[in-house]
Amino acid sequence: MTTKKPKPSPRTPMPEQPAAVRRANFSEVALGYDLSMAMTEAARCLQCKKPACVKGCPVEVNIRDFVGRLATGDVDAAYAAIKATNSLPAVCGRVCPQEIQCEGACILGKKGEPVAIGRLERFTADEFAARSACEQITGQPDCALARDGITAACIGSGPSSLTVAGYLAARGIRVTVYEALHELGGVLTYGIPEFRLPKAVVAREIAALKDSGVTFVTNWVGGKTFTIPELFEMGHKAVFIGVGAGLPRFLNIPGESLIGVFSANEYLTRVNLGRAYAFPDYDTPIYPGKKVVVLGGGNVAMDAARTALRLGAEEVRLVYRRSKEEMPARAEELHHALEEGVILECLCGPLAFSGDEKGFLTGLTVQRMCLGEPDESGRCRPCPIEGDTAHLPCDLAVVAVGTGPNPVLLNATAGLERNRRGYVVVNEETGETSLENVFAGGDIVTGSATVILAMGAGRRAAKEIARRLLGRD
Amino acid sequence: MPTTILAKRRLIPGKTSELVLDAPHIAAKARPGNFLILRVNERGERIPLTIADADPGKGTVTIVYLVLGKTTALLETLEAGDAILDVCGPLGAPTHIEKTGTVICVGGGTGIAAMHHIAKGHHRSGNHVVAVIGARTRELLLFYDELSAFCPEVLVTTDDGSVGRQGLVTEALRDRLAADPGVSEVVAVGPVPMMRAVAETTRPFGVRTTVSLNSIMVDGIGMCGACRVTVGGQIRFACVDGPEFDGHQVDFGELCARLGAFRDQERVSLEKFHECRCHDHKKA
Repeated sequence: MTTKKPKPSPRTPMPEQPAAVRRANFSEVALGYDLSMAMTEAARCLQCKKPACVKGCPVEVNIRDFVGRLATGDVDAAYAAIKATNSLPAVCGRVCPQEIQCEGACILGKKGEPVAIGRLERFTADEFAARSACEQITGQPDCALARDGITAACIGSGPSSLTVAGYLAARGIRVTVYEALHELGGVLTYGIPEFRLPKAVVAREIAALKDSGVTFVTNWVGGKTFTIPELFEMGHKAVFIGVGAGLPRFLNIPGESLIGVFSANEYLTRVNLGRAYAFPDYDTPIYPGKKVVVLGGGNVAMDAARTALRLGAEEVRLVYRRSKEEMPARAEELHHALEEGVILECLCGPLAFSGDEKGFLTGLTVQRMCLGEPDESGRCRPCPIEGDTAHLPCDLAVVAVGTGPNPVLLNATAGLERNRRGYVVVNEETGETSLENVFAGGDIVTGSATVILAMGAGRRAAKEIARRLLGRD
Repeated sequence: MPTTILAKRRLIPGKTSELVLDAPHIAAKARPGNFLILRVNERGERIPLTIADADPGKGTVTIVYLVLGKTTALLETLEAGDAILDVCGPLGAPTHIEKTGTVICVGGGTGIAAMHHIAKGHHRSGNHVVAVIGARTRELLLFYDELSAFCPEVLVTTDDGSVGRQGLVTEALRDRLAADPGVSEVVAVGPVPMMRAVAETTRPFGVRTTVSLNSIMVDGIGMCGACRVTVGGQIRFACVDGPEFDGHQVDFGELCARLGAFRDQERVSLEKFHECRCHDHKKA
C-alpha cells in the first residue's frame, strides 16, 4: 500500500482592491501581506537542500534563506539576505515575472501552488522600510565608507544603473548617476504606472542609494549634455551604460499620425512622469479616450489598457495578433486587466487607422488571423484569414508593439560596437562593451526585457567593475 | 538643480520675452539649431524652446518665448533672479552649416529669435547671410538690431507697412531669389503657415530649403514619438532627427493638425491659471 503525500496547502491570497473600485483610481492594486500572512506563507517553503528557486533568479537572491528567516518573523534578517544581492527588492517584489523565474522553479509548484516568493519579497522590503524610520533615530544608518578617488558613472537611472550604483556604493566606490529626464528611476518612473508600482516605492529605493553615497544628476543627457570620453576626463574610472531601449516602434500602417494615436511610451510618460492623471492640477495633458484600442500583448500594453480605464474610458480593447496563450505579459497583469474589464481582441492584426477631416482618430481596421506554425521565437505565427476584416470604432489608440535602441547616446559614442538590431554588443561574462572600461546592460543590450533581467545584467557588470577598480568583487 | 534667470527683456510687453539663463553645461555644447526642454515647477509641463543664442564664455543660453499657453504664461511671471526647476539640453541635431556662399534666413514672429542663432552660425562660417524678417507691425518686430549687427542685408516686411516693405516675408524672399541665382540655401523658422509658404516660394527656384519644426514634444530625446512628422513619406522624430528638415518634403498639413491635438486641454489649463492668478490678486 502506498501512502499518498498530502497536497501542499494553497498559497496565502494577496489582499487587493476590488476590481470595480480600482478601475477608477491610480492607487496600488495589490495591498500587500501583513506579518502573520507573510509568516504563514513563508512556512510553506520546504527549505530544499538544493533550492531550484535561487537558480531561477537573475540576481541570485538567496531565496531559501530569506524565506526561512521570514517564517520565524525575523524581517531584518530576511531583508539583509535579499539586499545582499538585490538593490531594489520592493520593486522586484512587484514587477518581476516570478511565474517564469523563482516561483516557476519552486518544487511545490509541481503538485500545487509554489511559494509566493514575490509577495514575500515585497512584504520584506516594505516592512523593513516602515521600520527604518525608528532605526534612523535609534540605530546606525547602513552606510558604506566612500573612498575618495575611485569614482564610476552610470548613464540612465533605471533598474540596471541603480543595481550597479548599489553594488559599487556598498564597496566604497563613489558613483554618479546621470539621468536625462527630470525625475529618477527610468522606466520604473516614466513607464510602470502608479497602480502597479507606486512612485513612493521607487523614491524610497533611490533614497536608500543616496544614503549609501550615490550622487544623482537629473536633466543631463548622455550624448548631448556630455559624452562618454568626458566622463573619463572628469575622473570616472568606469562608465556603465543603462539607457534602456527607449525608441518607440510604430506599426507603419496608414493613419498612424492621426490625433489620438499614441506610442505607449508617450501615453504612459504623460500619465506617469507628467502626472497627467491629475490634469489640470498638473500641467501635462492627456488625451481622454472613450473608446480605446491598445495594440500589443505585453506588460506595456496591459499598463496602457489599465491606465486608459482609470482615465475614464468606457471601453478598452486589447488588439493582439496571436492568441491569449502567446501573450508575453506577466500572468498577473493579464489577469488583473481582464478582471477590470479590458476586452481581448485576439488574433487581430492592425491594418489601418481612419480619421475625420480634422485629423482626429475615429477607428481601426483589423485583419482577423489564425495561428500557423511556430516561428523562430517559438510562438505560433499569426496568419491572415483572407477577406476577414473588422472595423473597431475608437477615439484613442495606443501602440505598444515594442521599442528599439534609442540612438542619442549611441550615435554620439565613436567606437561603440552594435549588433544588427542596433543594440550594444557586450562581453556576456563581464558586460564590457567594445570600449575599455565602458560597460552596458539592460534593454540597451538585450532589447525590451524585464526589470529583473536588467538588474541581473547590472549586477554582472558591477562585479567586473569592482574587480577592476578594487581588485576584488 | 534649478536654473537661474540672469536677465529678462520684455520684447513685446505681456506677449514675448527673452530670458538669459545661467546654464554653463548647456552653453558649452549649444550649436545653432539646438533646443532645450524646460519645466517651470514641480507640477509643470515639459516644453521645448529653441536656443536663440549661447555664450560659452559667460555660460549662458538665451531663449525667447511667445506667451501662448499655461507654461509660457507662467514663465512670463518670472523675473531675473528667479529660477526654472528643470532645464535640459542642448537637444536636437544642430543645423548643417558649411561655407556655401549666400544663405537667406527667414524668420516670422518669435521664430526670428530662433532663426538668429542659425543666421549667426552661417555668418561665422563665412556665408553671406541675408535676413528676411516679418511681423504684423513695427512694435512686434523682433531682433532687428541683433541681426543687423552681423547680417549685411536685413529685409523687413510688415503687414501694415509701418516699417520696411508692406507685405509678407515670402514676397521679399521671392524678389531676392529672383534677383540672385547664386543663393545656396534658404532657412525658415516661424509659424507653420509661414514655413509652408516659404517652402512653396522656393520650390520653383529649386533652392535647398530648411525649416525648423516646433512639434509637440514630451521628453525631447526620442523616447515617445509625440513630435513625429512625415517627411518625404517617412515618419521622423523632430526631437532627434530634426528639428530641421527639408521644407520641400515636410507634410505641413499633418503637422498643423497635430499641433492642435491638445487644444481643448490647453485652454482648460490656461483658464485655470488665469482664474487662480485673479483669485490671488483679489486676496492680496
